[in-house]
Amino acid sequence: MDDSILLAHGSGGKLSHELVEKKFLPFLANPALNKLDDSAIFEASGRLAFTTDGYVVNPIFFPGGDIGKLAVCGTVNDLAMNGARPLYLSLSAIIEEGFLLSELGRIVQSIKKAAEEAEVSIIAGDTKVVNRGQADKLFITTSGVGTVPPGVDISGANARVGDKVLLSGTIGDHGIAIMSQREGLKFSMALESDCAPLNKLVSQMMDVSSRIHCLRDPTRGGLATTLNELARQSKVGIVIEEAKIPVKEEVKAACELLGLDPIYVANEGKLVAVVDPADAKKILARMRKNSYGRDAAIIGEVTGQHPGKVVMKTKLGPSRIVDMLTGELLPRIC
Amino acid sequence: MCLAVPVKIVSIDGDEAETEIGGVRRRVSIAFTPEAKVGDYVLLHTGYAIGVIDEAEAEETLKLLEEIASLSEVH
Amino acid sequence: MKFIDEYQDSKLARGLARKIAQRSTKTIRVMEFCGGHTHAILRYGIRQLVPKTVEMKSGPGCPVCVTATADLDKAIALAHLPDVIIATFGDMIRVPGSYSSLQQAKAKGADIRIVYSTTDAVEIAKDNPEKSVIFIGIGFETTAPTIAASILKAQREQIRNFYVLPLNKLTPPVMKVLLDSGEVKIDGIVCPGHVSVVIGSHPYEFIPRDYGVGCVISGFEPLDILLCIDRLVEQIEKGEPKVEIAYRRGVKPEGNRKALQLMEDVFEIGEANWRGIGIVPKSGLKIRAKYERFDADKAFSVSLKPPKEPKGCRCGDVIRGAATPLECRLFRKTCTPESPVGPCMVSGEGACAAHYQYGIPENLQDF
Repeated sequence: MDDSILLAHGSGGKLSHELVEKKFLPFLANPALNKLDDSAIFEASGRLAFTTDGYVVNPIFFPGGDIGKLAVCGTVNDLAMNGARPLYLSLSAIIEEGFLLSELGRIVQSIKKAAEEAEVSIIAGDTKVVNRGQADKLFITTSGVGTVPPGVDISGANARVGDKVLLSGTIGDHGIAIMSQREGLKFSMALESDCAPLNKLVSQMMDVSSRIHCLRDPTRGGLATTLNELARQSKVGIVIEEAKIPVKEEVKAACELLGLDPIYVANEGKLVAVVDPADAKKILARMRKNSYGRDAAIIGEVTGQHPGKVVMKTKLGPSRIVDMLTGELLPRIC
Repeated sequence: MCLAVPVKIVSIDGDEAETEIGGVRRRVSIAFTPEAKVGDYVLLHTGYAIGVIDEAEAEETLKLLEEIASLSEVH
Repeated sequence: MKFIDEYQDSKLARGLARKIAQRSTKTIRVMEFCGGHTHAILRYGIRQLVPKTVEMKSGPGCPVCVTATADLDKAIALAHLPDVIIATFGDMIRVPGSYSSLQQAKAKGADIRIVYSTTDAVEIAKDNPEKSVIFIGIGFETTAPTIAASILKAQREQIRNFYVLPLNKLTPPVMKVLLDSGEVKIDGIVCPGHVSVVIGSHPYEFIPRDYGVGCVISGFEPLDILLCIDRLVEQIEKGEPKVEIAYRRGVKPEGNRKALQLMEDVFEIGEANWRGIGIVPKSGLKIRAKYERFDADKAFSVSLKPPKEPKGCRCGDVIRGAATPLECRLFRKTCTPESPVGPCMVSGEGACAAHYQYGIPENLQDF
């Protein structure tokens, strides 16, 4: 094979088949996918959860991961946030002509590793190739299906007054790891993206408590945006304490340099849980036993006051409103 | 006009310096602070050090703040 | 982080807050000039830490907010010229001009790049020799030396395609304009700490001398701002307005000589157009004749439609401290961070954006 993707790789002919058989299949192999039928057939019973997401991250390779890992973890996590056990993913790749096959290989390896960790199989896939300039290297869309155990009702609308708000770990890692790679920002650090599949963490939490009301992963827009979404959906107020929010030193430093607030920076391996206060401590203890929840903390609670709004008690004592992120998170000089 | 962050000079190379804050490193220009030495803290604004932090003054300020806190305590 | 964390200590903050409350007997008005201070005051809830006798108002220290609409229109027009790359600080991207914004221009195909440092803009010029790279030179005296340095760098390295659109403004002249207008009665000014690292404390001396207004130069951490307010309260209670440096770890009375020399070499003082205020003589920096080949104003000409201010927008009044965001009819209704009408809502430091994001919740227990 040539060393780059050609338009012919997407046209359905010999090169397309070679691409699938050499670059994807050996690594993502499973009985359904191996059949290479037009669709995959599987059995599942009870309630199913279904989700889809597109991944266009730039740069496609970043400290701690790449677009492939993100595409698997993001969709797995969306399923987990409704208490579902993720089972199968589909994967659609739109590749720019000229993309290096070696880089595609690396990304498929990441997808394989992430899928193995999350214990999901990719049972349907598609690749298309577009002319140079019509896609930014690689876009991936994954859809996922999972089963929701009977009796489980986890939703952004279920927060109740008195509930505790838990956060699974440090915020801002992913967004800052990505920004550090951007042209012009030029700073170096050991920080990596926190990109990770959280389905096992969630199922462990559900093992110790049946009173988890909401779960959400604070991706784009950060913790602040996610909390606002929950407050609006559940029509409740949320109060958090700045001092209780775990933030890595490097994230704090990078945010100082760029004029950003960590509560607005994206995360790809964290979750917010809103739970019955009676179970908060034991859920927290269980989270801390999982490596993805080792820095978990109770950061606040749900209140009947100021419904739809999030208020934060600052480090110094006074409280202030925390709104959703508006527009893009841009570095400022002023 | 305003965002300037205290960073520590780790090494100097002509009129540039390698600096560090909270584990994050960045190369900055010390064209405006030629007197800066390794170990000094400088105020970083858009890639340039605009001044060297006076550590003695910083100490004095903190001492003053401590005094104020204890004197104003309600007994 | 050293020199940051220590100045966020809540015990020391409470101590200062107590002292200020004990000392403050008269009602006073204090204005912060710098957008960074506006942001910090709201982010840390400083208004809730000071007694009701200390009223705080925001001034025109946000360089984005004070960029005249006509100047922004010019930048946008330059962006649409063929073979031009615009390099700008992130702060400017979303500010609405009369008809568009840099962000909208980018969506329409203009090559607009956000840079963190002026040297990055020079690098872009080096990497794209067939294009003209125009850097939008906003900011006050903190940033001006870095822009001067980029022009000198371009000259040293014989870069022929680097230009600066000179929109830098000066702080003391606009303070004078505000004080002269008498629109807002101010008793004390929270002077911008990082501008002062460059210019020192002497340029503010006319303020206590000619207007009887106290001037204290403040850093940006919450303890810095509280200390500054404490100093201002002391001055005003004693009736002894003067220029004082509270930000002693950063500011020397003579400023940064090297930075001032560079500014002097590259720039000369001229008039500047301040949004909400108009033309103020001797308040801006123009590129000197010897460096005129880097001046975007001289190298490019664009035809512009007359500038227009959005209807009902009170950014001008807010910038001058003559109105608070809450007094603007558009605030939170038609003017929100998602759809900003004027610059005060766009910039992270604009008074309106800061009020919107960090508003004080009702029904909440004060400190």
